[in-house]
Amino acid sequence: MSGIDADLLVSVLKRATVLGATAADGFLVDERHFSATVRLGEVDTVTHSHDQRLSLRVFAGRASAAASTSDLSSGSLERVVEEATRLAKITAEDPHAGLPDATELTRSIPELDLADLSGHDLAPEAKIDIARRAEAAAMAADPRVTNSEGAEFWDRQARYAYATSSGFSGGYRTSSFGITASPVAAQNGEMQRDGWYTTARKRAALDDPAEVGRTAAARAVRRLGARKVKTTEVPVIFDPETAATLVRAIASAAAGPSLYRRASFLLDRLGTTIAAPSVTIVDDGLRPGGLGSRPFDGEGMATRRTVVVSEGVLQSYLLDSYSARKLGLASTHHAARDGAGVTVATTNLMLMPGSTSPQDLIASVREGLYVTELIGFGVNGVTGDYSRGAVGLWIENGAFAYPVEEVTIAGNLLEMFAEVDGIGNDLVLRERTAAPTVKIASMVVAGD
Amino acid sequence: MVDFALARPEAFFADRFNITSSTIDRLLGSALRGKVDDADIYLEYRIIEELVLEEGVVKKASRHVSQGAGVRAQAGTRTGYAHTDDISITNLEEAARQARAIAADARGSAVVAVPNGRPHDLYGLSETPVAADLARKLDLLRSADRAARAADPRVHQVIASVTSEDVIVFVVTAAGWTVGDIRPLTRLNVTAIAEDADKREIGTYGGGGRVAFDWFLEDRRWERFAREAARQAGLKLAAVEAPAGTMTVVLGPGWPGILLHEAIGHGLEGDFNRKGVSAFAGRLGQKVASELVTVVDDGTIPNRRGSLNVDDEGTPTSRNVLIDRGVLCSYMQDKLNARLMGMTATGNGRRESYAYPPMPRMTNTFMLAGEEAPEDILRSVKQGLYAVAFGGGQVDITSGKFVFSASEAYLIEDGRVTAPVKGATLIGNGPDALTRVSRVGHDLKLDEGIGTCGKDGQSVPVGVGLPTIRIDGMTVGGTQV
Repeated sequence: MSGIDADLLVSVLKRATVLGATAADGFLVDERHFSATVRLGEVDTVTHSHDQRLSLRVFAGRASAAASTSDLSSGSLERVVEEATRLAKITAEDPHAGLPDATELTRSIPELDLADLSGHDLAPEAKIDIARRAEAAAMAADPRVTNSEGAEFWDRQARYAYATSSGFSGGYRTSSFGITASPVAAQNGEMQRDGWYTTARKRAALDDPAEVGRTAAARAVRRLGARKVKTTEVPVIFDPETAATLVRAIASAAAGPSLYRRASFLLDRLGTTIAAPSVTIVDDGLRPGGLGSRPFDGEGMATRRTVVVSEGVLQSYLLDSYSARKLGLASTHHAARDGAGVTVATTNLMLMPGSTSPQDLIASVREGLYVTELIGFGVNGVTGDYSRGAVGLWIENGAFAYPVEEVTIAGNLLEMFAEVDGIGNDLVLRERTAAPTVKIASMVVAGD
Repeated sequence: MVDFALARPEAFFADRFNITSSTIDRLLGSALRGKVDDADIYLEYRIIEELVLEEGVVKKASRHVSQGAGVRAQAGTRTGYAHTDDISITNLEEAARQARAIAADARGSAVVAVPNGRPHDLYGLSETPVAADLARKLDLLRSADRAARAADPRVHQVIASVTSEDVIVFVVTAAGWTVGDIRPLTRLNVTAIAEDADKREIGTYGGGGRVAFDWFLEDRRWERFAREAARQAGLKLAAVEAPAGTMTVVLGPGWPGILLHEAIGHGLEGDFNRKGVSAFAGRLGQKVASELVTVVDDGTIPNRRGSLNVDDEGTPTSRNVLIDRGVLCSYMQDKLNARLMGMTATGNGRRESYAYPPMPRMTNTFMLAGEEAPEDILRSVKQGLYAVAFGGGQVDITSGKFVFSASEAYLIEDGRVTAPVKGATLIGNGPDALTRVSRVGHDLKLDEGIGTCGKDGQSVPVGVGLPTIRIDGMTVGGTQV
């Protein structure tokens, strides 16, 4: 970690203390991003960017305020300190506000292998060529792939530094790389898009661009001929991508701020059964090279592996130090920074795999829906009520029969998790949150 | 401190960063002119202030400053874009070099047609919302908290926030056009959580625009927003399961206009149509809606959240009729897509910030009023759903399928509005949904000023509007088969 960043933060924190802050912490991000999009074989858009931001939180006793700036000149930093200190004087005392106790801060920062500095050393032309190969493979995969929204290669490198007036100072670097392809398939006047992607901390760990393109093409082509189905109640199988959204919904309901506001369907459920015994959900921030890994949380506490749900029983909420104090519990070290201060965020969140193959799960359904895409925002985090638009494949007698679109699936998350009737053995950590294939015994599918 | 009410964009950037239009012009000239079809530089300075009340007290206060410059070069269909948050001539030169590198083979294609006209003056304020006195904002939040709790004793938690933003932008194009804009924006949001026995529910309401702080006090808007949040939370406690299946749907006036935004708005953005990936591509002049339907995108309404004096490419915004009595008559364009399609830029080139290149986006999108009384429209329905408040929506522009989620809806039985139902997603097909509009009310309303639209990872403020309408046959995603 560059010493310059930590030094800059420490000097800003000192200045805040001089201006009357009783405690303060600061977070610094410096990010470089490159993206190249190719469409129909030609370069479409290339963007280069460099962003930096310093966020400062100050406490005046038990009152706090935050300020941030992208201008790191000394005059600007002085204004940020003044603004935050001024704002802290107008906010109310909050008995639960404050930095974690200094004894709780981590003393050792693990090396999690999150950066690939040489991976970024690739000429723009070579990066463009990766995108071109992904798109070309998608276009060549099937004659029905007739158009494209493009394919993209992107990479991002970031430096993070965090310091507190209580003496913590640490930092780390990360890299990430990605390839996406978004082909369009057409047949008899109907058009369908879909896409596929690969993301990794190491460039060498990305999937082959041609493979990304071919998968994207197959996904778009299999949607051709999609129709609505009659409104019915049937088993629903979520593919790994859509199953991950269900896991995210559980994490969001288990997050401290939802709980102390009493705005969560997991309120008062700690230690109780909230899902079928096959359901175990783990958040592991220490996976080397993990897309969601971080060596310490947004308050300087040691990252951990947390079992959120164990065999259907809710074992842990996800808390930062503020929500923990509000709830009379201990922080689970899930603090993350947002612009205005501290929030709660998961790291590498996964639904643990079962032993059934996805093919066997599909074969177990006489009539039902296999979901490959969800749209809309129909999840009520307070009640767990669930109603979203879905795209997928209809299952008849254990096999895919035809593609489905313009339907919704509805239920309640607690009932859905209680009715988990099978979990696939196909967990792959493609994103920060991942799940294997999941079968729910019954949901309402609305169509004609 | 910057007094945004008095600032002039060009002078602001000249004073602060020593960047004037002539230095930029030299940069565009030496680095880009003649080598590209079009180029521009966009400078931006933004202050956001956010105050949040929770548990009856203002706990969070924050202020964020960001500044930066984006340099864009275009040749044919290629765009090179580079941005920096350190505004200096050296960095701008480097950005221009990066932007030009990929776009250095201009084909000398025709210059894009930009409507003649001067920037509008839609939101000049004597005091911008960021500059308004902090004590008055804190009072507003505390009053809103009390109003929401007073409206329904079952409300046990209120989260109220007031967010204010001042943005100064300055655009210089390769054609020598320079234009600046100062954009205030503010919003009050109230969330109420009500609890009754074992049941809990949430209601959210709010509004704002490119207005001064006093707007919240006019007609006691703050109180109406707070009471409305409490009413929605309380109402949902009594809601029954929503029906599932295809039925007649009546949409109330105002924010349900999100239907237009999702069903047809995104599909009529120029980029998707130039690329031929929109369900509406190649359909100009065709009938895509019932003849009762006229839809307009209008960036020129004073003080609206979605309005702009000029778009983020410097083009003055306009009032564009997208669908005229059922016939598709216009796409929304930025300069790149207008040039490539041989059309006129419509003032819809927008970006979230200097960190992104612009693309075609909506401003305020609404349906013009019809002639029927809303009561008559409801009376005409034997059995169906009446939806008056919505959460978000989303669309697949290629297949045309869209959803939007009702947060307040009722059953219609024999022409009467009866039981409130739980939130449900409505799903439809864009090119088809508006052909099913069978009745249009005389009660056009624009929303209160809460919309944010996301596209390709960029968020921009937008508005929508709708009169009461009846749609014959929409799929409602409830749980009651």
